[in-house]
Amino acid sequence: MNLDPWVPILVIASSLLPGLIIFSLAENSVRLRTGLNLTGALLNLVLVGWMLWGVYLGHRYEARLALLPDLELVLLADTLSLLFITLSAVLWLVTTVYAIGYLKGSPHRSRFFGFFSLCVTSTAGVSLAGNLITFLLFYELLTLATYPLIMHHGTEVARRAGRSYLVYTIFGGALLLLGTVWLYTLTGTLEFTPRGLLNGMGEEHRPALRAIFALLIAGLGVKAALVPLHGWLPQAMVAPAPVSALLHAVAVVKAGAFGIVRIVYEVFGVEFAAGLGVTAPLAWLAATTIIYGSLRALFQDDLKRMLAFSTVSQVSYITLGVAIVGPVATIGGMVHLVHQGFMKITLFLCAGNLAETLGVHKISEMNGVGRRMPWTMAAFTVGAFGMIGAPPVAGFISKWYLGLGALEAGQGWVIFVLAGSSLLTASYFLPVLHAVWFREPPVCWPKEHHFGLRETAWALLLPPLATAVMALGAGLLAAMPFSPLNWAKLIAAREFYLP
Amino acid sequence: MVGVFGDIPWAVVLILLPLTGGMICFLWPGMAKLAGAVTAIAVSLSVAGLGCQLLAHGVYHHAVGGWGAPLGIDLTADGLSLLMLATTALVGLGITVYSLAYFHGEDMVRFWPLWLFLLAALNALFLAADIFNLYVTLELIGLAAVALAAMPGGRDALSGAMRYLLTTLLGSLAYLFGVALLYHGFGSADIAILAVRVESSAVVWAALGLMGAGLLLKTALFPLHFWLPPAHASAPAPVSALLSALVVKASFYILLRLWLTIFNSLAGEVDELFGLLGAAAIIWGSIQALRQPRLKLLVAYSTVAQIGYLFIAFPLAAGAAASVWGATAYLAISHALAKAAMFLAAGNLLHFGGHDRIIDMDRVVQRLPLTAGAFALAGVSIMGLPPSGGFIGKWLLLEAAVIQGRWDLAAVMILGGLLAAAYVFKVLGYAFTAASVSHEPQFVSARMEWSALLLASGAILLGFLAPSVLSLVDIGSPFGIMEVRP
Repeated sequence: MNLDPWVPILVIASSLLPGLIIFSLAENSVRLRTGLNLTGALLNLVLVGWMLWGVYLGHRYEARLALLPDLELVLLADTLSLLFITLSAVLWLVTTVYAIGYLKGSPHRSRFFGFFSLCVTSTAGVSLAGNLITFLLFYELLTLATYPLIMHHGTEVARRAGRSYLVYTIFGGALLLLGTVWLYTLTGTLEFTPRGLLNGMGEEHRPALRAIFALLIAGLGVKAALVPLHGWLPQAMVAPAPVSALLHAVAVVKAGAFGIVRIVYEVFGVEFAAGLGVTAPLAWLAATTIIYGSLRALFQDDLKRMLAFSTVSQVSYITLGVAIVGPVATIGGMVHLVHQGFMKITLFLCAGNLAETLGVHKISEMNGVGRRMPWTMAAFTVGAFGMIGAPPVAGFISKWYLGLGALEAGQGWVIFVLAGSSLLTASYFLPVLHAVWFREPPVCWPKEHHFGLRETAWALLLPPLATAVMALGAGLLAAMPFSPLNWAKLIAAREFYLP
Repeated sequence: MVGVFGDIPWAVVLILLPLTGGMICFLWPGMAKLAGAVTAIAVSLSVAGLGCQLLAHGVYHHAVGGWGAPLGIDLTADGLSLLMLATTALVGLGITVYSLAYFHGEDMVRFWPLWLFLLAALNALFLAADIFNLYVTLELIGLAAVALAAMPGGRDALSGAMRYLLTTLLGSLAYLFGVALLYHGFGSADIAILAVRVESSAVVWAALGLMGAGLLLKTALFPLHFWLPPAHASAPAPVSALLSALVVKASFYILLRLWLTIFNSLAGEVDELFGLLGAAAIIWGSIQALRQPRLKLLVAYSTVAQIGYLFIAFPLAAGAAASVWGATAYLAISHALAKAAMFLAAGNLLHFGGHDRIIDMDRVVQRLPLTAGAFALAGVSIMGLPPSGGFIGKWLLLEAAVIQGRWDLAAVMILGGLLAAAYVFKVLGYAFTAASVSHEPQFVSARMEWSALLLASGAILLGFLAPSVLSLVDIGSPFGIMEVRP
């Protein structure tokens, strides 16, 4: 019996089933819940690792289920899906550990971890989707699974944020649905195909295809936080820190960016899209978002809000890499999907530590915090340097490839965008780092908890340290096999461009 | 074994069983609960039996007492009948389980016989082969439904039920006139015979107008929906669920049957009108739902909107009949499951909190997580988000609309989905806000929560069953005739 089709199904089940069981658990069955969470996360990681090795060797993991008489749900592990799902599997484990520590003793934990698992299930589904309708299904499921997480605190602010999130994402989902149906009526298939499925479409369909592209990108742009569809993201930072971390690093914004990659490369095909003239506006949109997000981040005092605007800016690097038509830039965008994840999750987890341990929420309260929490702030510093694009942190690799790719594709203006964004990023992160390490700490912190000799609880400290090490490692060891960079090169060679 | 079961006339059993059950409930009220539960289970099994017969032999005919078509009563079942019967049985089973825990004392004595009579009438309607029998069953359904809606006996319930009674009588009367005209003109009431004989004439147009108007009134298509929200909202929760999920579908089923057979050669102009009214119903019903301060009214207006989707199919059917009608049937059964779940969930919230004011829901929703889950899952299907039966139906309709360049209809469907999301989340938003309970909550039994949740899960599960269900509906190709339409 061929077990290969079951592997992607098991990946989905490894987070879906624990999630459903956790919903039914009583609030105080902490050990069972923690056990289920960690078992699911570890199993997920093992299965993804297995697929990673298999796909590298040329295996094909594919499961199909008829959804309509002539349309199927497809779960498919190709190199591109593995890039995303590996990221989500690794960061899910890290964030679960963190969330268990972070939410210790707070109410509604069964609900939280249930939806948390559903959120990861949807992300896994988004990455494994083998056609557009499967993608759509999990993309909508992701909306429904994250909404309760954003609302988790149940305050008025949280409710407003949740509502705003829904308004944006449901609207985006409707556009995506319309675009998908329209595309289906023209092509009769929605399978993701290396180098696109539209080759051979006649001249007369070009206006319709442009409109479809706009609909699909607008639908995905909501989650990817492309300006002017980014409004929900800064509000959503009221969610608990592990949720923000997951939202900004893996789940929601990445699902949008990943969808854009799929649409451009495996639905339209990048050469075909360039021929339609739709990639240039997309590049401009991404560039505008990069600059706009950085500018807004410059003027924030709330730490998580600043990080949220920084996400708006950084995630668009992926879109930019996609929209500069050319293999090297694509590699830069692709690898940034992973690199940004490592760096941004580190920053958010550190922000959560500050809030939990010292009650520090604002940048103006962060003076000298490096002396009280040196390890946390060391991780934060690594993340910040990565965002700026300083070597040897991973962010440098992304920017290097983006810049090279832009030059190779003859789009020199992108260099200015990259340089400008790096300058802006430096000007909102460096003052923070200066305050953290070189200013005098205040006499007392807003709301301090003590953890003996340690600066904070292990469950809160280890996850950001681990992700900071990953961010460093992805940069330092970029030339090793199975590094994100080499995997991105493999994708570009296998899926996107003819060798 | 199989042979014995294969020979049982399941169609007759499906009518006699609930009828007998109803009489037992009426004569021996002490046994009402037991009889109700046994009947509901037995009906579900009988539908399965009928399904096996259909799969084995195709379209099913039964001449009751051996008297054939022009004289006797014929029962017939094709894929569409089977689908409606199965939905009725499943939704009925869920509502039965719920009612076992919900009704006590006097209410219990009233509810069970009426519900089982209603079930018998519904089954008979989906099996009827001629337009006069359809009238009889339609009238029986109307009377049983009105009596059920009047059960609480308060001022709201009685005035709602009175309006309901008048409209339902008016509707069946108009329908009966149409039947008389057709019988007079063509000498038969059998649908198959009429379908062959009917041709365009003044009499036929008059019959079409009368029957159409009567059925639209009973189906509560905008602007004839005025009676529905008060009647559905003031009834007890299981009754609201029955009315919204099953009763309005019965008159829609007749309309669909007539349009697919007797009137199929001449209804071109009317199709556009139906589409227009359907679109208006979606928009108007959703906006009204959004504006309601009370939960049950919100759910009732949502029914008004969802009925609109069923009528969107008429203008689209000219282009791609089988797929469009399949989508409509799919929407109808998904809505039946989802709306029943939603009303039962609303009933739980009302029962627990003692009120159904939406702005005070934060004291209630988060204390009944299973009920909130049922409401959410039902909402997913109502909004048409994947994976759900509602999504499948909407996808097929959208596809047909885009292929035929009907962007207006596509836009209305998308907009309806957005508005549905707005009113569903208006309620669900309260599931996460903390508020202290200011009153002594009423106990809600596990059966009441689980029956709502299981029905809602059924609506979600339909999202994965489309290929098999759609091929089942195609037995006897109830939509096939449309293909030859010029």
